[in-house]
Amino acid sequence: MSHAMDVLPYLVAAYVFLTGCYGLATSRHLIHAVGCLAVCQSATYILLLAVGYRAGGTAPVFSDIEPGSRPVVDPVVQALTLTDIVVGATVTALLLALVLQIAKRHGTVDPDELRELRG
Amino acid sequence: MNRLRLWLLAVGGTGLAALLVAACLDLPRFGGRSHPYGDRAVHASLRRHIANTIASVNFDQRAYDTLGEMSILFAAVLGCVVLLRQTRDEHRAPPEPAEVARPVRRYALLVLPVALVTGLYVIAHGQLSPGGGFQGGVVAATALHLLYLGADYGALERVRPLGVYETTDALAVSSYVVLGLAGLLAGTAFLANTLLPYGTFNTLSSGGTVPLLNAAVGMEVAGAATVLLAHFLDQAVEIEDATEEEPGK
Repeated sequence: MSHAMDVLPYLVAAYVFLTGCYGLATSRHLIHAVGCLAVCQSATYILLLAVGYRAGGTAPVFSDIEPGSRPVVDPVVQALTLTDIVVGATVTALLLALVLQIAKRHGTVDPDELRELRG
Repeated sequence: MNRLRLWLLAVGGTGLAALLVAACLDLPRFGGRSHPYGDRAVHASLRRHIANTIASVNFDQRAYDTLGEMSILFAAVLGCVVLLRQTRDEHRAPPEPAEVARPVRRYALLVLPVALVTGLYVIAHGQLSPGGGFQGGVVAATALHLLYLGADYGALERVRPLGVYETTDALAVSSYVVLGLAGLLAGTAFLANTLLPYGTFNTLSSGGTVPLLNAAVGMEVAGAATVLLAHFLDQAVEIEDATEEEPGK
């Protein structure tokens, strides 16, 4: 029972990642595909935060707790998660801009109809 | 074709799932006590009088990586501006003034200043409380767009001279680099937090260069988010395809 809890958050991250992959592969709409990529990326947030969790820990912010009085979660992975979110947002913005261009130039946003390259 | 693809996906997905589960079983136990890097980061943060350890990791210990992160954001905004520019066969039509329900208008205009101040507060207290330049910048930028919900696009355009935000974005990235170079001129390393006194723990001016770098990031993110949203909104509201418009006129 307790052993299941030891790995459950990691398994949730894997599940979310695979769900995003399934959505990406079966997507019929490019904006939907961009959303699926965001789902894949959120799996990495879960994984990072799960790796950094410490039992009974609180946020690593010492403006209202005495340093050393309580265990805190790992701040390094939290900073990495922040970086992850920022990069994810920029990638989403760029991809959506590309989708807009594709919709204008090709008149479709179905990936299966975008077969050949056109100038 | 589609059948084949689904089969391929099922085989690949099952394989990947098996590998991921095997990897998960080998990871350190969830909630474990051993976090050597975390402990060292907390110590380094407290030594430099920064209450929010995450701000310390981002703007002191990993300040160089944050420069890269800022550059990614800047490059992405630049890419979006290029991709979403007005092409030769499109023309710009000023949007019609929109009717907004009175409660929506009242609520948006009431919340706008509160949201804006909250964003600036989150930026300013980056090294003290949860938040910082990235989070506060986004809050401040989106606060401005309540004007689009509460009034209309014309009103938003009047308070949002795009050139100013584009310049702010570029200036903020430059000021981050300049702060790094200042360390070099003072005889230490690029972006090393040894330039300014660390101040009193848990006050606005504590942490050496961290509040300054944090403010630079806040400015950059606010500028970048505004420019990005402006170009997407332009596409949705103002720019029209010439070929579709012609028959109607």
